[in-house]
Amino acid sequence: MISIIAFYLFATLTILPALAVIFARNPVHSVLWLIVAFFNAAGLMLLVGAEFIAMLVVIVYVGAVAVLFLFVVMMLDIDFAQLRRGFTANLPFGIIVALVLLAEIFVALFAHQAGPAFASNQVATVSQPNIVALGQLLYSRYLFAFELAGLILLVAMVGAIVLTHRSRGDLRTPKVWRQNRRRPDEAIRMLDPAVGEGVKL
Amino acid sequence: MITLGHYITVAAILFTIGVLGIFLNRRNVILMLMAIELILLAVNINLVAFSAYLGDLTGQVLAMFVLTVAAAEAAIGLAILVIFFRRRGSIAVDDVNRMHG
Repeated sequence: MISIIAFYLFATLTILPALAVIFARNPVHSVLWLIVAFFNAAGLMLLVGAEFIAMLVVIVYVGAVAVLFLFVVMMLDIDFAQLRRGFTANLPFGIIVALVLLAEIFVALFAHQAGPAFASNQVATVSQPNIVALGQLLYSRYLFAFELAGLILLVAMVGAIVLTHRSRGDLRTPKVWRQNRRRPDEAIRMLDPAVGEGVKL
Repeated sequence: MITLGHYITVAAILFTIGVLGIFLNRRNVILMLMAIELILLAVNINLVAFSAYLGDLTGQVLAMFVLTVAAAEAAIGLAILVIFFRRRGSIAVDDVNRMHG
């Protein structure tokens, strides 16, 4: 009973903020609604026992992606009122496309008799915790894909830095090649000459 | 009793909201990226629900990879957005066709 209430709570609080994301006038509000939707989607995943993915959604989506969005929205000085032109013009067509898509998905939902039947309400054997099982799978069978995911993240990080990095003209950085070419005979030396010996005339 | 159908319904509605968001906010790239995140979240909910109801953890592994790609995509997309804004002073995507390679 409590799981049914929790499911409907999480589902409602995922879908309504998702609507608020695309209809909010202020993009900052959009990002905040996105965070609400992510949290409740994590709750939905928690309900079916996928603890690791739920925590990953909270950490990666809320902790990294949503904050990144928030940074960009607040950093760029954008005229959002001007960007909303065409919103009402696109509204009828967009809603038609959305309804067609939703209808198609529901048709596909009832076509599942074609394949092997769902193991409905099959209780997974809880022999070990979700995270342990997932870790064993990740580091054995999906090791290559796991390493590839790490590589994708590295490429994304380097790409984002390269894209946004700009070299400022007024910045003075040490020139390593010039420092490496220095010889002792062309350097300035610190001397401590006695009185009357500092300058030779 | 919560069945697989409930989860698929939620994911389908979320996916449709994401597509609708892309259609409605044709000029605002930030909102388009957020709509893409919603779509990927719907995909993740589907993967996790199927994984739980089939008793197979492969779906959750796939959900993790989708999460990775979503994070990378958001980072790169926002970086492109930042340099686009720096060049043009606006993020209206109607003007993108003036970039000429």
